Amino acid sequence: MKRFIGFIKKEFYHIFRDRRSLFILFGMPIAQIMLFGFAITNEINNVDIAILDHSKDTTTEEIINKISASKYFSINQFIERESDIETIFKKGKVKAVLNFEKDFSKNLIKDNKATVQIITDATDPNTANTISNYVNAILQQYQKELNKDITITYQIIPQTRMVYNPELKSVYMFVPGVMTIILMLVSAMMTSISITREKELGTMEILLVSPIKPIQVIIGKVFPYIFLSIINAIVIVVLSIFIFKMPVQGSLFLLGFESVLFIITSLALGILISTISATQQTAMMISLMGLMLPVILLSGFIFPISSMPLPLQVISNIIPAKWFIIIIKGIMLKGVGIQFIWKETLILVGMTIFFIGLSVKKYKIRLE
Amino acid sequence: MSITVSNISKSYKSVKALENISFNVKEGELFGLIGPDGAGKTTLFRILTTLLIANEGSATVAGFDVVSDYKKIRNSVGYMPGKFSLYQDLTVEENLNFFATIFGTTIEENYDLIKEIYVQLEPFKDRRAGKLSGGMKQKLALCCALIHKPKVLFLDEPTTGVDPVSRKEFWEMLKRLQQKNITILVSTPYMDEAALCDRIALIQDGEILQIDTPQEIVKHYPKQIYNVRANNMYQLISALNAYEFNHSVYPFGEFVHYTDKRTDFNPEDLKVYLEAKNLSNIHIDKTVATIEDTFMELAK
Repeated sequence: MKRFIGFIKKEFYHIFRDRRSLFILFGMPIAQIMLFGFAITNEINNVDIAILDHSKDTTTEEIINKISASKYFSINQFIERESDIETIFKKGKVKAVLNFEKDFSKNLIKDNKATVQIITDATDPNTANTISNYVNAILQQYQKELNKDITITYQIIPQTRMVYNPELKSVYMFVPGVMTIILMLVSAMMTSISITREKELGTMEILLVSPIKPIQVIIGKVFPYIFLSIINAIVIVVLSIFIFKMPVQGSLFLLGFESVLFIITSLALGILISTISATQQTAMMISLMGLMLPVILLSGFIFPISSMPLPLQVISNIIPAKWFIIIIKGIMLKGVGIQFIWKETLILVGMTIFFIGLSVKKYKIRLE
Repeated sequence: MSITVSNISKSYKSVKALENISFNVKEGELFGLIGPDGAGKTTLFRILTTLLIANEGSATVAGFDVVSDYKKIRNSVGYMPGKFSLYQDLTVEENLNFFATIFGTTIEENYDLIKEIYVQLEPFKDRRAGKLSGGMKQKLALCCALIHKPKVLFLDEPTTGVDPVSRKEFWEMLKRLQQKNITILVSTPYMDEAALCDRIALIQDGEILQIDTPQEIVKHYPKQIYNVRANNMYQLISALNAYEFNHSVYPFGEFVHYTDKRTDFNPEDLKVYLEAKNLSNIHIDKTVATIEDTFMELAK
């Protein structure tokens, strides 16, 4: 036990004396959460649009007023001819054009039907989609107001309600993802680097020719990073609660427990990486390419898994981050308890045991 | 016997690193492995310190088999690898404390063993190991390898890259450690250090050329060696190499060590030959063989 404590003490010396790594360790979570929270966003605000109004009657005027009154759009200009639409898009001044048909009001009264064309610049498909949804929402709202006193129409109006994240705030989606990335990166990359550093510097040779057991070396290496990762997780949650007003619906205790579980999974992966790589550089490359990319692309963090091709959906199952993201989204946004996420938790536990088993088996008690 | 090695062979893929090596080291002996880089010294050290497994043969250290009893060996030996292998970002004292702890001891407990070395390091005890000079680094590494009072000490090229004064001090320390009944196996590419060992094994290309005391090894040198000197070293060597009766020609400091094929060699003949080659200031004197001469002769 004394040996073990001595070893951990040494690890902390390494960590605190390496200022640059320490800075990355604690600076990265803050920088990432700010980046994802503020800069990268799916929301739209004050999007410039143009209006092509062929009828110029009271109804279109009311609709235009409603649109310009919303905080999502600002009307950049009114155009007169269809041919201007292309020109204005090419200039890149507006993201969308609303094209009201001729005799809009008249048609609405006569046929109960009038058409407005929403033309969006789909070079940025996500934004285009959002814009068209927002315009639709405003139009429907207006339609409802019109039909208030009239009871003749049999209309089926679909009502979409976005639950858990009613305002579609992207930060709600990013916080679980960023937390996953950071915990994975800190835990897996840092441990694999710190173990391979001993190999590279030759100190592993001395550690091997000493009474300290391999398991003590591994746990001694991992222990400080469990501690640091927990601090990171707390920083991320606190930042998202206080700066982004992200609610944590479920139990904080459960969130903490699941985070520690995921940290251990990542550490186990880090150990596994260190057993197969001889240099720090290899360890870093494997961690970055082998862990970061799948976490970003296949975990459902940015791209929904359900819209992936089937082979990728199958592959996504072996990525621990996928399960962790499901778990923390459940806890933070839906407020579910363990009874709803026990399956995902068990999968993570299983993966952890598998990784640890494999790395203990692969850990070399000799040099080759 | 403190170390027994019998018929050890080891190869890496297609390269043969060690071939049929056998020797014994007695308790309390200072045994030297002398050979150039790539002779297989480090491989042999790694086999004896249980870091590698030999393809053939067996070995014991402190009475334990290097394969089956590897854990016991790891408890009772001190190992100083050829490359400086301490934590550069830890201070002198922290390094020493760390190694004491993982061997389950304390600095105080075995202080008498390292005292003589450590007093030289003490003024720098708060300095990071990475910022020490080469000689200091080696002294610290020796302290760390000694801190748990090992029965057998393995030192792989401890003086490579160390200045001559520090090298001398280092060997004096080894001599003192030997007094404390620690068996020491040391490797070095420097032939002058070989003379300081009790016994040495000359090793080249994975094979042992000879094992004996340094005095005996020198004594068995088969020929009379002559120190040859002239005004121009380069011309002298080429002239000697071109001489039809030469047996060996090796530059040795300001002299050339020369041996002749003939048994009835007369130095005057050589002098005449060299003068004919436009060399002047020629001196030819008898000298005694050194370990280096023996090594060169054996390695031929």
